[in-house]
Amino acid sequence: MSVADQGWLPAELVATRDLTPTIREFTIATGQALTCPPGSHLRVRIAAAGRDDFRSYSVVGHAAGTVRIAVKRQPESRGGSAHMWSLNPGASLEIAPPRCDFPLTAGAAHYLLVAGGVGITPMVAMAEQLVRRGASLRMVYAARSADELAYRDELQALLGERLALFAADAGETLDIAAEIDTLPADAELYMCGPLGLMEAVRRAWDDAGRPRAGLRYETFGSSGKFAAQAFTVKVPRLAVEVLVRENESMLDALENAGVGVVFECRRGECGLCAVDIVATDGDVDHRDVFFSARQHAENRRMCVCVSRIANGSVTIDPAWRGDDAFVAA
Amino acid sequence: MKTPTFPMNAWYVAAWDAEVGRSLLQRTVCNRKLVLYRKQDGTPAALVNACWHRLVPLSIGSLNGDSVRCGYHGLEFGANGRCTHMPSQETINPSAAVRAFPVVERHRFIWVWPGDPALADAALIPPLPWADDPEWAGDGRMTEVKADYRLVIDNLMDLTHETYVHSTSIGNAALAEAPFDAFHGDRTARVERWVMNEEAPPFWAGQLGHAGKADRWQIINFLAPSTIYLEVGVAPAGTGARDGDRSQGVDMRVIHIPTPSTDKTCYYFWSHLRNYRVHDQGATRRVLDAGGGILLEDEVVIEAQQRAIDENPDHVFYNLNIDAGSMWARRAIDTMIAAETVAPLAVAAE
Repeated sequence: MSVADQGWLPAELVATRDLTPTIREFTIATGQALTCPPGSHLRVRIAAAGRDDFRSYSVVGHAAGTVRIAVKRQPESRGGSAHMWSLNPGASLEIAPPRCDFPLTAGAAHYLLVAGGVGITPMVAMAEQLVRRGASLRMVYAARSADELAYRDELQALLGERLALFAADAGETLDIAAEIDTLPADAELYMCGPLGLMEAVRRAWDDAGRPRAGLRYETFGSSGKFAAQAFTVKVPRLAVEVLVRENESMLDALENAGVGVVFECRRGECGLCAVDIVATDGDVDHRDVFFSARQHAENRRMCVCVSRIANGSVTIDPAWRGDDAFVAA
Repeated sequence: MKTPTFPMNAWYVAAWDAEVGRSLLQRTVCNRKLVLYRKQDGTPAALVNACWHRLVPLSIGSLNGDSVRCGYHGLEFGANGRCTHMPSQETINPSAAVRAFPVVERHRFIWVWPGDPALADAALIPPLPWADDPEWAGDGRMTEVKADYRLVIDNLMDLTHETYVHSTSIGNAALAEAPFDAFHGDRTARVERWVMNEEAPPFWAGQLGHAGKADRWQIINFLAPSTIYLEVGVAPAGTGARDGDRSQGVDMRVIHIPTPSTDKTCYYFWSHLRNYRVHDQGATRRVLDAGGGILLEDEVVIEAQQRAIDENPDHVFYNLNIDAGSMWARRAIDTMIAAETVAPLAVAAE
């Protein structure tokens, strides 16, 4: 589906609020009531680097005719956060109706919500709904520093002792294995946060021998082991060499160069955009959650929507093989 | 305006060769109502199924030589669509004609071109040589499916579903866990999967003639908009099939062509062809029956899926890694559709 073809609705930015030095909340009037369960994300149409494009943001909350999202200003942004931060109340927007790929399952014995940094955004609506349902829950929420804990006051009022906060610069660390150990057998864990936290949670969950289906997460693939930097992709099969700029995804750069790639989520979950790595003289910065740790260590394939190369270049083989299967004998 | 779900400028299978004869067959291809028949020399003809005069379906009329006679007032139309007889007048109205569609018989199928006839080049018909090669044997059927033809393509481009839908015949757990690769061209998509050194499921153990560990291949070839052939088979484990020597095993070509009828119905043409025991006509029948049983299992799932899609109009598909083949296929279809869709006029800025 092309960007122009997403069923865009006109909307208006009605208010902004700075939640932390780097996270800003946007209240958007949609002109109509939209179905918006916890875990939904909203697509906002933007022009990034002169191209018609969109970004997905988790919905923090909604009321009749408005939705709220929160956007972290990313120095290495693909252009989305810089664009959002440039907007003032009254600005016109185009949005696609919220879509929910991270739904909250009803009826679990207990819920552990794990948030890191701006990953708190989908967790706010989840916590509110679980409290309304009278469900058993606990939220653990970590950020770089105390002043980066967005929605802290609201969450403390909502959750009281069921909320544990961790500020890394104060030496407060989240012991995720210990958190998982105390959970009842059929508890569910929902998480959203940076890659390191996600990997730690996934590992601890597996090590505890818990069923995969009980672990639910959402990622945006915006963080990795290395800071984003520009790198070169060589595609010998198509005789193409592509420069991926620092603030651009490898997927976008390949598409712009005419290298066909299928993709769905654009956040490292579905695995559709994976390409074969032929060689690299740099470090593959895997930022997806589709491949296992073993597959990441193998460095045989990479998800180009989020993963990058640091300190070098990469040679890849895309899926193109031509149309030979239907050449008449 | 709604985006079309199929391109018009393409060859579509309208019927099996044996379905079309010296009688009138009604088919709807890409929302076009057709009447199909054979001329006296055996070549097929396809006309729009509505009389030029009062629109009565020609399919309820009769054949008169190479012409169709309308069953209402007796107007006759030749295979090229021109009116050849008009009742109660000595002349024929010069504008009297029905639309005739380009039609070609090849590889045991009757192919029609519902779009611009000037673009209908028979060289564009998909090569499916095993369908009429004496070195190969087999037969097929057509099943009407109440679903968008692309749901059938999705089904075929990811054969992981065999494990769950066809567990008593061609599916087993080893299949769903085996890795696969998805490739594409401009108009093609291909998914390759090898299951090495595992027990073959019942159908395949039967074809091979003995149980035991086998190497199994599934190579799915798609050509936009709606032709798929599978290379599928098994060989005793370790006999070199993956390195190119399938001679110790059994190898099939399975043709699947879901022709869009309407937006939500299709004619699903399928056929199983083998290059072993080609003179065993009982094998042809048994494979045909097995194929029909397998297809019925797909039909149930796909029609239920179409109903669920209709009941959830706001729900967008989520694509998983296993859907790569179907995404390449749909992208190739979309490219064909886009090439023949005129962009709507831009609304002037306020």
